Amino acid sequence: MSVTMPPATWLVLGASSAVARAFAHQAASHGAALLLAGRDTEDLERQAADLAIRHRVSATPVAFDARDLGSHAGFIADCAARSTGTLNVFLAFGVMPEQAEADRDPATAAAMVEANFTGAASVLAALAPVLEAQRGGTVVALGSVAGDRGRPRNYLYGATKAALATYLQGYAARLSRSGARVLCVKAGPIDTAMTWPLPRLPFMATPQAFARSLWQRAERGAGSVYLPRVWWPVMGIIRLLPTRIFNRLDI
Amino acid sequence: MPDTMSAPEAEAVPAEALRGRGWKQAALQPWGRNTTAPCIAARPERMRELWAALDVPEGRALLARGAGRSYGDACLNPGGAMVLTERLDRILHFDSATGLVVAEPGVTFADLLTVFLPRGFVAPVSPGTAFVTLGGALANDVHGKNHHLAGSIGEHVAWFELLLPDSRHLRVSAESDPELFRATIGGIGLTGIITAVCLRLVPVPSNALVVRRTRMPDLDHFLAGFAAAAEASYSVGWIDALATGATLGRGVLEVAEPSESPVAEPSPRSRSFPIDAPEVLLNGATVRAFNELYWRRAPMEGRQQVLPYRRFFYPLDTIHGWNRMYGKRGFHQFQCVLPFGPGEMALRRLLETISASGNASFLAVLKVMGREGVGYLSFGKPGYSLALDIPARAESPALFATLERITRDAGGRIYLAKDSLLSAEGFAEMYPEAHRLQAVRARVDPDGALSSGMSRRFGLG
Ligand SMILES: Cc1cc2nc3c(=O)[nH]c(=O)nc-3n(C[C@H](O)[C@H](O)[C@H](O)COP(=O)(O)OP(=O)(O)OC[C@H]3O[C@@H](n4cnc5c(N)ncnc54)[C@H](O)[C@@H]3O)c2cc1C
Ligand SMILES: NC(=O)c1ccc[n+]([C@@H]2O[C@H](COP(=O)([O-])OP(=O)(O)OC[C@H]3O[C@@H](n4cnc5c(N)ncnc54)[C@H](OP(=O)(O)O)[C@@H]3O)[C@@H](O)[C@H]2O)c1
Repeated sequence: MSVTMPPATWLVLGASSAVARAFAHQAASHGAALLLAGRDTEDLERQAADLAIRHRVSATPVAFDARDLGSHAGFIADCAARSTGTLNVFLAFGVMPEQAEADRDPATAAAMVEANFTGAASVLAALAPVLEAQRGGTVVALGSVAGDRGRPRNYLYGATKAALATYLQGYAARLSRSGARVLCVKAGPIDTAMTWPLPRLPFMATPQAFARSLWQRAERGAGSVYLPRVWWPVMGIIRLLPTRIFNRLDI
Repeated sequence: MPDTMSAPEAEAVPAEALRGRGWKQAALQPWGRNTTAPCIAARPERMRELWAALDVPEGRALLARGAGRSYGDACLNPGGAMVLTERLDRILHFDSATGLVVAEPGVTFADLLTVFLPRGFVAPVSPGTAFVTLGGALANDVHGKNHHLAGSIGEHVAWFELLLPDSRHLRVSAESDPELFRATIGGIGLTGIITAVCLRLVPVPSNALVVRRTRMPDLDHFLAGFAAAAEASYSVGWIDALATGATLGRGVLEVAEPSESPVAEPSPRSRSFPIDAPEVLLNGATVRAFNELYWRRAPMEGRQQVLPYRRFFYPLDTIHGWNRMYGKRGFHQFQCVLPFGPGEMALRRLLETISASGNASFLAVLKVMGREGVGYLSFGKPGYSLALDIPARAESPALFATLERITRDAGGRIYLAKDSLLSAEGFAEMYPEAHRLQAVRARVDPDGALSSGMSRRFGLG
C-alpha cells in the first residue's frame, strides 16, 4: 500500500468501460472502496460483486448519466455522503460515434459533445467544492491523443477531448490551491469496446497494462500525461508537422 | 489479442452489415495454430453486449469461444460468427461455507487460483493450463490430474446459465433439465452460450502439494506405477515419446498429495516465446536430447518436493505462447483414452507408430482416467489417456488416420478438445451418444443457429 495514496474511495464515472474496470481493480487491490457510476446498473452490480470478492473491499453501484446535467449536483452529494476517507474520481465515460455519422446527424454530434464535454464539465463542477472542502483527493480524467490534433477520421471526438483537456488545465489550477490533484490522461488506443470494430491501431494497450501504469502516474503526478508513454514523442512529432504535410497524411 | 488479425482475404461481410454492431472481420487460430479461420467476431464486455451479439449479421452460424486453448476446430467457426467471451469475467458470488462459486464464463482457472487459493480453496478439477475459461472448461468437460478420483469438471457443476440463440436464458442443473445439462457439459458450444457457472471448489490445507517424482524405465513399470498410485490425489506421467525397444514408454511418474504446510511462492514470472521457431530447431536430435535430460532429472528411487499448486498444475504456463515453438505450420495434438486391458497393447502400438514416424514430439502425457463423464460427448472413460504434440506436416493426416485406427480397434476415444483430424465415422463410433446431443439441439436451437468447424466436420450441422 502506498503512502501517498492511503485507502480511500474512488468514484469511477463510466465504470462499465474496460479501462474503468481495470482501473477499479487497481484501486481495489490497493484497498480503496469503490463507487461505480454509470447507466448499465445491471453490469455495475456484477462488477461490484466481482471487486468485493476479489479484493475484499466495499464496492457500490450508483446510477449516473453524464447527459442528465440536472442530476449532477444531487449525484455528487450522494457520492460524497457514501464515500469513506478521501474521495477520488476517475472520469472514464465518453462516446465515439463515427465522424461521418456525426456529420450526417446533428443529434449524434450534439450527444457526443454533451457526453464527452458538457457532461464532464458539469459533473466536475459539482465535484469541485467537495474536493476543496476535503482539501485533497485526486481526479483522473481520460482524454485522448485525438485531442492533440484534429484528424479527418474523428475530429469532432478529438475536439471534445481537446475541450476537456483545456477545461482540466484550469480546473487543476483551481484545485491545486486546496491540495487536490488533477491528472489529464492523453490516452493512445486501448483495446476496448470502443476500438474493437476499428482496424488494428498502433501501440494498442491492453486495459490492464494501461490501468497499471495509470495507477502509478495517479499516485504521483498531476497535470497531463501521455499513456502509453510512446505517445509523448509520437504526438510531439504529429503536432509539429506542417499543415501541408499533415493534411496529406492518411492517419 | 495475439491470435486475432485483420483478414482482408476473409470472405467479407459488407462493412455496412457490421457497422456499429460490435462485429468485425477476424481470422482466428486454434491453439495448435495449424489452420486460420476467417470469421466475424464480437467481444462483448458485459452481458448487455452479449445479448446484442445474438443478432448475427447475415444470419451466420454462431459459436462461443473462450481462451482458444482448444488445439483444433472445436473453437473455430470458419465463415461464421464467433462470440469471444474472454471479457465476461466477473466473479459473482462465493460462499466459503460450501465452496460454491458463481462466475461469468470468461473467468479463468488462473483467476480462481489467485482469488481462492489464499482462502484455502482450489478448483475441483483443473486442466493443464490456467488460461482456460470456465465456459470452455464446461464445453469440453475438462479433466485434470485427479480424474481417477474426481472425474471431470461436469460432476462439480451445481448449475450453469445458458443463453439460447433466440435470447431465452435458462438456469440448468442436472435435476432441472438433465438432457440439456448433459448436452451442454462437453457439448463443444453447440447448445448455447454459457453465461454463468456455479462450481464447487474444494478446501485444501495449504497452497502447496507434496509431489513425488519417480523414473520409470519402461511402459510395464509405468502402468504398474499408476496402479500402485491409484489412491493418490493426483497422478500424471511424462513419457519420452521417442524411446523405442526395451525403453519404450519410459518416463517420469508424478504423484501428489495436498501439503499440510505451505511453501513460499515466488511471484509469478512469465516469459514469452518470442517468435515462430524455425522448423530446423525441432528435429529428432534436439527433441531426443531434451527428453533424455528430462528423464534423467528424476532419480530412479524417486524424489519428493513441496511445490505450489501453480507449478504442479500448470507447468507450461510460465512460457507464454509456447505454441509458437512449432513454427509457422503449427502442430496437432493427439489425445485418446484406451480402456484398461486391451488398451495396453494399443498404447504400445501408438507409441511405436509415433516414434517410427520420426515426427519429433516432446513429452507425451500419460494419465489414468476413472469413469465416464456426465456429458453426452464427454471424453472421460476408464482407462489410460495418452496425449502428445506432433508438428503439422504433409504426412500428419496419414499418421493421424493410423492413430485413429489403433484407437478405434481398442475401443478407445479421441479427445475433441485436442482434435482436428478425427474422421466423421470415427467420431460416430467413439461418441455413441451424439444423437442425444442432436435431439437436445433440435429442441433448444431448432433453427440450427449454432455450429462450429468441428460440428460440420462430423456432420452434426
Ligand atoms: C497447455 C494445455 C494443456 C491442457 N491440458 C488439459 C487437461 O489437462 N485436461 C483437459 O481436459 N484439457 C486440457 N487442455 C484443453 C483445454 O482445457 C480445453 O480445450 C478447453 O476447452 C479450453 O478452454 P478455452 O476457454 O480455451 O475454450 P476454447 O478453446 O476457446 O473453446 C472450447 C470450446 O468451448 C466452447 N465454449 C467456450 N466458451 C463457451 C461459452 N461461454 N459457452 C458455450 N461454449 C463455450 C467453444 O465453443 C469450444 O467448443 C489443455 C490445453 C492446453 C493448451
Ligand atoms: N479505447 C481507446 O482507444 C481510447 C483512447 C483514448 C481515450 N479513450 C477514452 O477512454 C474512455 C473509456 O472508453 P472505452 O474505450 O473504455 O470505451 P467504452 O467501452 O465505450 O466506454 C465508454 C463508457 O462511457 C460510458 N458512457 C457513455 N455515455 C455515457 C453517459 N451519457 N453517461 C454515463 N456514462 C456514459 C459507457 O457506459 P454506458 O453505455 O453503460 O452508460 C461506457 O462505460 C472514454 O472516455 C474514451 O473516450 C479511449
